[in-house]
Amino acid sequence: MSSKYDVLVIGGGNAALCAAISARRGGASVLVLEGAPKFYRGGNTRHTRNLRCAHDAATEILTGPYTEEEFWQDLLLVTGGQTDEVLARHMIRESKDILNWIVEQGVRWQPSLGGTLSLGRTNSFFLGGGRAMLNALYLTAERLGVDVEYDAEVTDLVIEDGMFLAARLKRPIKGESEIRATSLVAAAGGFEANIEWLKQYWGDAADNFLIRGTPYNRGSILKMLLDKGVQEVGDPTQCHAVAIDARAPKFDGGIITRHDSVVFGIVVNKHAQRFYDEGEDIWPKRYAIWGRLVAAQPDQIAYIIFDSTVVTSFMPTLFPPIAGQTVAELADKLELDPAALEKTVTEFNAAVRPGTFDHTILDDSVTEGITPPKTHWARKIETPPYLAYPVRPGITFTYLGTRVNKEARMLMADGKPSANMFAAGEIMAGNVLGKGYAAGMGMTIGSVFGRIAGREAAKHARN
Amino acid sequence: MHGTRILDEADRLMTVCNSCRYCEGLCAVFPAMEMRRAFSDGDLNYLANLCHSCGACYVDYQFSPPHEFNVNVPKTLAVARAESYAAYAWPQALSGAFARNGLIISVIAALSMAAFILGFAALNDHSVLFGVHTGPGAFYKLMPHNAMAALFSAAFLYAILALVMSVRAFWRDIGTPIGGRADGGSIFQAVRDAGELRYLHGGGVGCYNEDDKPTDRRKLFHHLTFYGFLLCFAATSVATLYHYLWSREAPYPWWDLPVVLGTLGGIGLIVGPIGLFAAKMRRDPALLDEQRYGMDVGFIAMLFLTGFTGMALLVLRETAAMGPLLALHLGAVFALFITMPYGKFVHGIYRFVALVRYAQERRSEAGS
Ligand SMILES: Cc1cc2nc3c(=O)[nH]c(=O)nc-3n(C[C@H](O)[C@H](O)[C@H](O)COP(=O)(O)OP(=O)(O)OC[C@H]3O[C@@H](n4cnc5c(N)ncnc54)[C@H](O)[C@@H]3O)c2cc1C
Ligand code: SF4
Ligand code: SF4
Repeated sequence: MSSKYDVLVIGGGNAALCAAISARRGGASVLVLEGAPKFYRGGNTRHTRNLRCAHDAATEILTGPYTEEEFWQDLLLVTGGQTDEVLARHMIRESKDILNWIVEQGVRWQPSLGGTLSLGRTNSFFLGGGRAMLNALYLTAERLGVDVEYDAEVTDLVIEDGMFLAARLKRPIKGESEIRATSLVAAAGGFEANIEWLKQYWGDAADNFLIRGTPYNRGSILKMLLDKGVQEVGDPTQCHAVAIDARAPKFDGGIITRHDSVVFGIVVNKHAQRFYDEGEDIWPKRYAIWGRLVAAQPDQIAYIIFDSTVVTSFMPTLFPPIAGQTVAELADKLELDPAALEKTVTEFNAAVRPGTFDHTILDDSVTEGITPPKTHWARKIETPPYLAYPVRPGITFTYLGTRVNKEARMLMADGKPSANMFAAGEIMAGNVLGKGYAAGMGMTIGSVFGRIAGREAAKHARN
Repeated sequence: MHGTRILDEADRLMTVCNSCRYCEGLCAVFPAMEMRRAFSDGDLNYLANLCHSCGACYVDYQFSPPHEFNVNVPKTLAVARAESYAAYAWPQALSGAFARNGLIISVIAALSMAAFILGFAALNDHSVLFGVHTGPGAFYKLMPHNAMAALFSAAFLYAILALVMSVRAFWRDIGTPIGGRADGGSIFQAVRDAGELRYLHGGGVGCYNEDDKPTDRRKLFHHLTFYGFLLCFAATSVATLYHYLWSREAPYPWWDLPVVLGTLGGIGLIVGPIGLFAAKMRRDPALLDEQRYGMDVGFIAMLFLTGFTGMALLVLRETAAMGPLLALHLGAVFALFITMPYGKFVHGIYRFVALVRYAQERRSEAGS
């Protein structure tokens, strides 16, 4: 390994690899430093399944067109307007080409085989999932001559006047060393796995958060960059958080700990009280709000309660539901107050108005006279066994990041673009995602800005 | 709770996979799994036999060991698959043959070969065994054709009977309705899927062997072995027809159909097994069912021996080595036949039956 490269990429996920490949194709010598060991390479990207891209016509893998404008409207909706319009529209435009570009890098798509997700039109699914996709990117990068080092955690960055000079790293075997490069691409993810940092904004509640993805995204690179004068973007409390099974491991539980059953039952907190309209919208659309809702409940725990009539309506789950022949017995097992849970269920059942249940549309099964209401798919919970899943906030990724421009170039606190520092992926997701989330955007941000960052970094290095 | 520990583990994995489904495009196992929510022993044996051990779901998987979920689908299904062979073996009294398969097969092979040599020597005088025999009927100087035919038909018919009985048990257990038959369309689909090894391709890129770089090597060598075997079988069948329909006696000239088929087949049966063995030696141990190593290698060795002695016989049939080589070849083929129902050979049969079932399920799902 020579110690001076044209482009140094920090990180090992989708954004990093897209940047590395694009920089190498642009003629630069490239080194990728991945902090994780080889098996865990690729951070959160390992857990992904699909990518959202605009496209003008149906293809083999996508069931219909998804125009730039429609993508923009979706983004506007989920972020409530908290997005950088210029950057977001630029990303959406570039996303059209990504569908083909990523295939040229060896990634394969699979025809959406039905499943329970209704994303066949907007999102392309990786054949074999995110790790398969990463394996393909790594193979391509290696074939092109990109150097990759694992277990190579960057511990310091030497930056002068907004100009990157060198990175210091700590490696378990080879020890400490310094690597110089003409340009830098920072693609080291967010800070979701850094509980101490999360606590600064969430307080002790963060102790009860489960981290769905890699334990290696501790935000160290983000912190160094912000400390060394890069402009910050995004609200630190904003993140992508869903409700996942409370029995999941603290880190890296991935996709299989999620629950799709909210719309089929009710959700109560540890006082056995309901706290939000479970029937607000189709599940994939409202999937990402429940993490925050649960985070706001006492002890950050909640229980999805349903009965035996609906168990086959949602995806099978890794952890079996907890069951009771009566509501009181179920409450006992959940360590809830039996009387309180019985009261909540009885009141809910009494409020259910007859309607035609259809979980594929916003149906007319509603409640009347209770708060919060359940505005669709309201059905009585009355057929034993009564079932429950305990859930906690599962943090997917954070939005606080480095501000960038259309070239993926970092902006310094004084507003000037950095001479040679670029960012891609989660570490700059906050530019586009002020809040909220729509499935597949994490990978869009990484692929689009990764590709741009690599290209621009190579261009800078060659000049 | 299942019959065995490995089925418990397979059940756990299928539950994990069913809540994930990232691999659904890789092979037939995952879509078949998605059609179920709970798994009986038969279901798990069915899924295990659908798996071609391409390794893709291991390499593509975020929860493979060392992750704490410790999911290793190829290895678990390989062990379950091997155990299923014993579970459905007929007669059950012989199911133990699978446990120490390598040893048993080599002993049977050695004994068969020795029996043929000794038999030739005892029934003929030495000059016949080591003599030079040419022209039609040369082989039968050592052993009369009718004796040869009777012995091999008996071995072959027994193998067929045992296989049919085992497959019946399997077919029932994997959830086909009592008395349910496979329809022609499903069988045709399964013949195509098996014939092209459709699912040994990691979802399109090839199969994983020693590392995370996919290749098509195992598929190629498997094709050589499988089609080599079929060609040899065809050669024998044609020769039998020659013998009984036209009274034309072996050995045949090199350009004649049985020899051409046999030669091509023999080459396949030499190159294929060597390639498969080499791939197995280099395979990532994480993907291997190490306990069944002996069974796999035993079967590969038997195929190789069959091909190799056959080719040697062809080349040296006009020399004094013909007698001993014929004995070795017949011994190898005989051992192959009688061990068929109790060795790795059955993997092809069960896989085919599983593919028929899968084709059937796909058709009924598409129809409903
Ligand atoms: C369970 C789950 C499912 C998801 N599903 C989807 C989906 O289907 N579609 C979608 O679009 N998004 C999905 N996401 C979000 C998606 O994973 C992320 O948006 C995306 O992976 C971000 O890519 P990245 O390259 O920026 O970061 P990552 O892939 O997380 O990579 C960051 C890398 O930086 C490395 N690193 C960190 N610090 C250092 C350091 N100091 N030195 C060296 N290296 C370091 C890490 O080891 C890691 O390899 C999902 C996330 C999770 C957790
Ligand atoms: S092997 Fe892993 S990635 Fe594949 S379906 Fe099963 S759980 Fe999902
Ligand atoms: S090893 Fe290959 S054939 Fe077997 S289950 Fe996995 S992907 Fe399917």
